[in-house]
Amino acid sequence: MSTDLGMPVVAPAGVGHLRGDRSFPAAARAALGDTQLRRNLGHATTVIRNKRAAVVAELDDWEALRRAGEAIKTATMGRLDEHLERLEEQVTARGGVVHWARDANEANRIVTDLVRATGQTEVVKVKSMATQEIGLNEALEAAGIEPKETDLAELIVQLGGDLPSHILVPAIHRNRAEIREIFLREMPGVDPELTAEPRRLAMAARTHLRERFLRAKVGISGANFGIAETGTLLVVESEGNGRMCLTLPETLITVMGIEKVLPTWSDLEVFLQLLPRSSTGERMNPYTSAWTGVTPDDGPQAFHLVLLDNGRTAALTDPVGRSALHCIRCSACLNVCPVYERAGGHAYGSVYPGPIGAVLSPQLTGVEDNASLPYASSLCGACFDACPVRIDIPSLLVQLRAAHVDANRGRRVPTPEALGMAAAAWVMADPRRFANAEKATRAGRLLGRAAGRITTLPPPLSRWTASRDAPRPPAETFREWWARERGGRS
Amino acid sequence: MKIALMITCLADALYPDVGRATVRLLERLGHDVAFPEAQTCCGQMHVNTGYQDEALPLVRHHVEVFEPYDVVVAPSGSCVGSVRHQHAMVARRAGDEALAERAEAVAATTYELSELLVDVLGVEDVGAYYPHRVTYHPTCHSLRMLRVGDKPLRLLRHVRGMTLIELPAADQCCGFGGTFALKNPDTSTAMLADKMRHVLSTGAEALTAGDASCLMHIGGGLSRLRSGTKTVHLAEILAES
Repeated sequence: MSTDLGMPVVAPAGVGHLRGDRSFPAAARAALGDTQLRRNLGHATTVIRNKRAAVVAELDDWEALRRAGEAIKTATMGRLDEHLERLEEQVTARGGVVHWARDANEANRIVTDLVRATGQTEVVKVKSMATQEIGLNEALEAAGIEPKETDLAELIVQLGGDLPSHILVPAIHRNRAEIREIFLREMPGVDPELTAEPRRLAMAARTHLRERFLRAKVGISGANFGIAETGTLLVVESEGNGRMCLTLPETLITVMGIEKVLPTWSDLEVFLQLLPRSSTGERMNPYTSAWTGVTPDDGPQAFHLVLLDNGRTAALTDPVGRSALHCIRCSACLNVCPVYERAGGHAYGSVYPGPIGAVLSPQLTGVEDNASLPYASSLCGACFDACPVRIDIPSLLVQLRAAHVDANRGRRVPTPEALGMAAAAWVMADPRRFANAEKATRAGRLLGRAAGRITTLPPPLSRWTASRDAPRPPAETFREWWARERGGRS
Repeated sequence: MKIALMITCLADALYPDVGRATVRLLERLGHDVAFPEAQTCCGQMHVNTGYQDEALPLVRHHVEVFEPYDVVVAPSGSCVGSVRHQHAMVARRAGDEALAERAEAVAATTYELSELLVDVLGVEDVGAYYPHRVTYHPTCHSLRMLRVGDKPLRLLRHVRGMTLIELPAADQCCGFGGTFALKNPDTSTAMLADKMRHVLSTGAEALTAGDASCLMHIGGGLSRLRSGTKTVHLAEILAES
């Protein structure tokens, strides 16, 4: 007798932020028309990109570090089950409680129940991608619990009733004038004379947050890393607001994606060199907090670790796609991506935008739920070069495109694109058919006779000629010239 | 040396001057150029759009056509990138290990034009004369798939009479990306707009690159603007004497 364990499931729809309500091209079209957004993004990505390039250039072993990071992640994913069980064992032995969440709904329910059990109706939050992914704030609000974001940029996003648009700098789409307006409108007790000077804005946020830190009884965080050998969790940050949330409350709840586990502390050494340089362009980030279970009379006296799957095991079954799980959320790929720089994060419809989002989101949700994302790239390759763990994002994009096409092969009525591609392949597989097709293209010479260029073509090529001229086909193809000039020679 | 020319479907059908220039250049350097007339297309468009099953016969055809030759050259970083990084992958995905190995053998003898000139033929001064102000766009696939580095620039710096002007933000994609330009026309156009802004800021008469596809994109934009700046393939400059 055998037990059918079934295939791992993808992240459920209807909860969390992994699926957009529009395709990427439609969402990008709207974002591209926002001139303020274009300025904000262009400026911010250029600044971070240059900072990163400068600090990466300082290390002569950067390539070796990238390869080490890649090797550690590959080896860890290969025995993920063992490392996670070790992590659970160690966290439990040191006074923490470990919960396993199959998906966003389970994780939200676990966290909500834990907060309810404390009797609290307000929690402070450390910036965390995992909790954004599962829509924890919405779940808590629905249960009458108020989540307070404490990362400055997440605070701006939350006060503005907005969504994050970048992994590391969630309010990258806002400039300081816009932030001032949000604070004046939404921050209780804010100085009405507030200016857009960065220091004044930071001081206003500091006053606002300090009060929340001091009264908070429950803190919720994500984790950058979980060290299996000692059951230690880590958060890497710049502001110190995370450390406030990790140390002041009585109860700490951490939601961590299962792919964040590292076997040992010596593995961490590699990532603490890779992450700050790749993310903020700093040699080292200002605050790295590490905690292990519960320490009597010091810090939170109750600690819960929620291990989140939400499609990760499903991604792990794909031998090519699984490397997307190696991501350490540095966002270097976003900052170098020409598509992200122009369309912005919201166009991706997921909390994971940019190149890594275009390969991660479709794998977590199943490719058909995010079918436009693998195509949201010109395959320029800048992301792969910037990735600190060498995720070959362009190759993953190409494989996900194939997965999408293959998923639609059974359709009773093929798409015009599928028909066109099949026809083109049939023509191109045979030199005679190909040469004849080239001759047929010459009909295009009827167009653009006066100017030597073609300015209008019918759909779908109108998408080209809407903004660019097309070349007028030549009177003679190369192969015709060759046959005429060098006939018989090959 | 006998060199087989992989013309690429785009240059064959729309930019025959690029092929003629490649032939003229290699023959001027004393080499024998063969044109295997059975060649069609490397299948990159199919692979990059997700149609790997459809690409398989194209990969097989390409391997059969080019495997008799010791050295193959293409005036395109992108198509050589496809041969080198995709052909074996497509074959393996279809479970054809024998074809994958043959594709790898063909890939090992296939070079982009600047690679062939600098690495294989060991020449940087090809004796070209081109009395114009020119700026150079390193195409994404030549830069990041093939890692041609500064080989095209080394060739261009030896061209007599030419003023080579540095292109700002040169390593940024022009927004072509094959079917990306049709599937995401707005984002593609936004990328193109910035690329054109940088090209025009140089005051160059001509923009050059090693890929006819990227030049078709940027050139299509520059032409639409009636900018008065033309695009010219690297091979066409190097063939002028």
